[in-house]
Amino acid sequence: MKEPKICILRVGGTNCDAETKAAVDDLGARSEILHLNKLMDDKLMSYDALIIPGGFSYGDHVRAGAVLGKKVSSALSKELKKFVEEERPILGICNGFQVLVESGLLPAFDGVSDYPQATLAINGSARYECRWVYLKHENRGKCIFTRELQKGQKIFMSVAHAEGRFVFPKEREEKYLQKLEKNDQLVFRYCNKRGIYADGRYPINPNGAFYDIAGICDSNGTVFGLMPHPERAYWGVQLPDWTGMKEAPKYADGRLIFESLVEYLKH
Amino acid sequence: MSTGELVGFKSYRARIEVKLKSGYLDPEGETSRKALVDLRYKVNRVGTAKVYEIDLQAPSLEEAKRQVDEMCMRLLANPVKDDYAFEVKEMK
Repeated sequence: MKEPKICILRVGGTNCDAETKAAVDDLGARSEILHLNKLMDDKLMSYDALIIPGGFSYGDHVRAGAVLGKKVSSALSKELKKFVEEERPILGICNGFQVLVESGLLPAFDGVSDYPQATLAINGSARYECRWVYLKHENRGKCIFTRELQKGQKIFMSVAHAEGRFVFPKEREEKYLQKLEKNDQLVFRYCNKRGIYADGRYPINPNGAFYDIAGICDSNGTVFGLMPHPERAYWGVQLPDWTGMKEAPKYADGRLIFESLVEYLKH
Repeated sequence: MSTGELVGFKSYRARIEVKLKSGYLDPEGETSRKALVDLRYKVNRVGTAKVYEIDLQAPSLEEAKRQVDEMCMRLLANPVKDDYAFEVKEMK
């Protein structure tokens, strides 16, 4: 069985790289945390997958993810294009999702776009939202990162962001939503404890995202971005109420995302 | 581009304003509006914007404006939600 080699990209302000590494390594992958500057010279192509973890890259200046998004697309444009074309998986978590949207890698309706086709705007609550939320899995099977989940399955993960309100250009909202659904690019939507969609309502939808969108993938299903943090919901002891349980489960729901990725890479 | 004087280039200063397109929720503006109302001002709306002041070198004013426009498109504004406006002046 192949031991997948995963690159976890780091720059100043990244702060979820260690948890992400711990998660994928626990599943039998061999990951390396690499600074963007060390990824030059075609090095990216020696990895099977790329993860852009959470944090506040470049201090969230300009807009969250904007600076790293442009740096990634200018410094690694050729390799990145090849990486995507070869369907090597790219996962963007929180700030990483913002980077994928800013760099045009998501939603990428007609291939990687020169300019963003969506944005993760400031939360409707105008504050940093750091807590646990429920998500409903929407994907019909294209997204390789959620193969261990059933369609309609509800999972529990934490969010931690100030800029997570997913929006499309107002005039193209409906058209783009149809595209997401048609291409099977919709992956997670915010819902309540019983699995009913938030329908924009706060606090179930923590940021006011359009259509309660928490995560989307590209039309190949190999580039995936989400606002919640699966690496903060990997072990049972990361659950907010584990001390009140008779016996904490070994793992939590976030593991399913990494498990799907590692299993995909192994085969 | 270096910050030193380049032959045939002139220095320009650009002032760029990036603000939300109309119709987009402005949580910072709304929070400020509520705080101003608490201070007993009769404020109906607050819109927030970001201002960048950029000194650059270019062979002509037209070229400087073209570059500033490109900077907005490529980094400073997200065309999905932001409008931007700028003025460019030659620095004496």
